Amino acid sequence: MGLREDQIERYSRQILLPRIGGKGQQKLLDARVLIIGAGGLGSPAALYLASAGIGRIGIVDSDKVELSNLQRQILHSTADLGRTKVDSAKDTLNAINQDAEVVPDQIRLTSENIMDIIAKYDIIIDGSDNFPTRYLVNDACVISGKPLVHGGIFRFDGQAMTILPGESACYRCLFPEPPPPGLVPSCQEAGILGAVAGIIGTMQANEVLKYILGIGNLLTGRLLIFNALDSSFRQVKVPRDPKCPVCSEKPTVTKLIDYEQFCSLRQKKEE
Amino acid sequence: MSIKVRIPAPLQKLTQSKEEVEAGGTNIKELIDALEKDFPGIKERICDEKGLVRKFINIYVNGEDVRFLQQDATPVKDGDEVSIIPAIAGGR
Repeated sequence: MGLREDQIERYSRQILLPRIGGKGQQKLLDARVLIIGAGGLGSPAALYLASAGIGRIGIVDSDKVELSNLQRQILHSTADLGRTKVDSAKDTLNAINQDAEVVPDQIRLTSENIMDIIAKYDIIIDGSDNFPTRYLVNDACVISGKPLVHGGIFRFDGQAMTILPGESACYRCLFPEPPPPGLVPSCQEAGILGAVAGIIGTMQANEVLKYILGIGNLLTGRLLIFNALDSSFRQVKVPRDPKCPVCSEKPTVTKLIDYEQFCSLRQKKEE
Repeated sequence: MSIKVRIPAPLQKLTQSKEEVEAGGTNIKELIDALEKDFPGIKERICDEKGLVRKFINIYVNGEDVRFLQQDATPVKDGDEVSIIPAIAGGR
């Protein structure tokens, strides 16, 4: 199956690249990527992946678009207020590139549904906004052997790491357990600079592109740490933990866990 | 003795918003105690009630995770760079 003429033109600037070419473009068109969260991280990731011609993009999000989202969630516009984020995302991405089939899934991920959802994709992007989902996604990806690109943001800071289950450190090798409720603000109300989400989400898209194309060095075995205030990128080594609760030879986490959903700041606000 | 310690955003309330502070000590345990002296309350954010570094926080000496060195007995010396890095969950 060759590329259509309009595809050759649309993707010409990346087809030109020596390690991509027509073959690489075909790989992108054949790829299936799942994005968890159509928010601050998912927005830039989805925009770049759809533009690059990823053939199928699944988007999971249970929320609706709110005014306070628009400062950073660049998939959505003022006209989308009140719509589901997955529908808004689908329209935005379709308007950019019809080559990308967008599969919206307005659902909250749980231990019951996550395995079936991730099974349909080649690689997963975690753009969720809470610890329970992050650990659920990590464990599900490790158990099913799915590559995962982690990204996290908080105020002026961002983190990213790529996980190849069985080959490189997983999120629990890095942080074995989530914090108990109340110790760490884990929700968007803690504040975030929109551009930080853009930088980390774009980094996640870049990891996915490299993985699918099979080029370069993935962000495996190392955590990228970005600080917006001094525009610094640092990396720390993340070895596989021989005592990792989920990806070691003797795991203690052998089935998926639904950690208590919590958000200390949100609770305070509601009290 | 002065070792540079990078303080993550969630703990900067305790360090008068400073993201980098200096501390003394010959190993990580002493360094955390020195930080506690200068910035009361910081130790209980980093360590649990048994004094062990919490499982969602890592401490790095020159980019290496002390869990894979000698945990809190990992030696530190003048000029070393220590980073405290917590898990962060935001994304939306």
